[in-house]
Amino acid sequence: MLSYILRRLLIAIPTILLIVVLSFLIITAAPGGPFDAQEGGDIDPEIIANLRAAYNLDKPISTQLFLYMKGLVTGDLGPSFAFRGRSVSEIIANGFPVSAQLGLSAIGVGLVIGMLFGVFAAMRKNTAADYAVMSLSMTGIAVPTFVTAPFLALIFGLYLKLLPIAGWGDGALRNMILPVTALALPKIGVIARITRGAMLEVSRANHIRTARSKGLPESIVIWRHTLRAALIPIVSYLGPAIAGVMTGSVIIEQIFGLPGIGRSFVEGALNRDYPVVMGITILYATLIIVLNLITDLIYRVLDPRIRKD
Amino acid sequence: MTGASPTVSLEMAARAAGRSPWQDAWRRFKRNRAAMVSIGVIVVLALSSILVPALSSRAIEDVHWDYLTIAPSLADGFWFGTDVNGRDLFVRTFYAGRISLAIGVLATGVALIIGVIYGAVAGYVGGWVGNVMMRFCDVLYALPTLFFIVILVTVLGAKNILFVFMCIGAVEWLTMARIVRGQTLSVRQKEYIEAARAIGLPTRIILRRYIIPNVIGPVIVYVTLLIPVNILIESYLSFLGLGVQEPMTSWGLLISQGAAELENAPWMILFPATFLTLTLFCFNFIGDGLRDALDPKDY
Repeated sequence: MLSYILRRLLIAIPTILLIVVLSFLIITAAPGGPFDAQEGGDIDPEIIANLRAAYNLDKPISTQLFLYMKGLVTGDLGPSFAFRGRSVSEIIANGFPVSAQLGLSAIGVGLVIGMLFGVFAAMRKNTAADYAVMSLSMTGIAVPTFVTAPFLALIFGLYLKLLPIAGWGDGALRNMILPVTALALPKIGVIARITRGAMLEVSRANHIRTARSKGLPESIVIWRHTLRAALIPIVSYLGPAIAGVMTGSVIIEQIFGLPGIGRSFVEGALNRDYPVVMGITILYATLIIVLNLITDLIYRVLDPRIRKD
Repeated sequence: MTGASPTVSLEMAARAAGRSPWQDAWRRFKRNRAAMVSIGVIVVLALSSILVPALSSRAIEDVHWDYLTIAPSLADGFWFGTDVNGRDLFVRTFYAGRISLAIGVLATGVALIIGVIYGAVAGYVGGWVGNVMMRFCDVLYALPTLFFIVILVTVLGAKNILFVFMCIGAVEWLTMARIVRGQTLSVRQKEYIEAARAIGLPTRIILRRYIIPNVIGPVIVYVTLLIPVNILIESYLSFLGLGVQEPMTSWGLLISQGAAELENAPWMILFPATFLTLTLFCFNFIGDGLRDALDPKDY
């Protein structure tokens, strides 16, 4: 097990390096630079030249890449071009907790409700109740978050005046409810569908028939035996999904005015604030790799057959 | 067992006449009512998106000064109402449908071409070349889709729909490549490929004539499911102001404008959101139907 983890971590290093180089090259290949807006204006060209020199933009790409990598090793993601005096690490340190809290809550809600829906539908396969739950899930998947979010804000914020329509409020529950709901709806849909499909697939397996024939109560057959085997596809969905929501839902943060890193990312991309874009991309890639590793480790716990290799 | 029932003898007759796996799949697909209805809805939506803006007396950019932010009304002739600039939302919603559907389909086309070629080559050539090609895919997988597209779009300074769909397609081909490679690897072991190689056919022809037709089933399913994903990505981009730009419009852009006026003019978001959701629904149903039809394991 330990050697497996070590091996996976060793593969992860070149992967992350490649991502750094790749995204660095794409970004620097772009026509135009971060100080284009100032150029041609009233500002002395000399000042622009000094600015470019201060951020090493006058050096060849290979040197820039080398300097960036050197900083990365020590955990320095460089300065932000757009927000003078703030480092990318600071921006991420401020925004990431917001995005992570939001995203993990949404995944948690999605997991609990989605699995309940899925098990419910699977137990009543091909009945009206099954179709109703599955249509509801499909609705959750098909209605985009940027449609549900404004409507939630309109109904619960403006008409009923129950909840704040925007703002973070230091992560107060009141402020979390609407964005988490909007984020969780599609997750509920996907998880319910995966759970139902996996439960039905597993319910035909021999060990489930054995469990039934030795007289176990139906509740134990469902919750302990069927659901446990059905967890594998859910876990494989969760890995990338968690990385996705933790790095911030760009749309949700935009609509509800939340200070997460999803918003920093879009602003960074629009302002040509490359270090911010790079920093968040690297964070996401690292999260994906770590979560994929955790996912594979959980597989081994859930499925004894995989453990053997 | 004497005397087969009429249905059984019909089945046997059909088998005697020779029914291809595709005909079988089509029969299974036709039985799926949700998928069949969805195809009808998509066809109607596509046709009306082409015809309504073409036949309407109003253009999408026409400003009606006396009818700013009018709620939908049959009397005024503004069936979907107007926006804050007094533009007719009926024409705009259908015109937006053109753009959204076109970008969804074209981006999927780009992803299809890249993914199928890449996956087929990686699977067919195999060995270390194939492995390196798939490792490269794994690396790209660790890049967030939406992030990657946002970078591409801003880097390329994409302000027209040509770039938007190319960027989406250039990012969304990875899963396609994986599917095609997996299928290719399994087909490659088959005797008929060995026979084709034995008679000296060049790799190019083996790929085109024997491998690609045999991996097409899962690809069709994935394509149908990728179209709604790409339509959604386009609307995300437009919602963020990175996609389709005025005076052109798409469902995402209309929804974004509607979200800004939600309090005063809820109809502005209602119609494009309904159309977008309906489209996503239908493509998902068609994809599910195709999967059930092309993958008879479940029956």
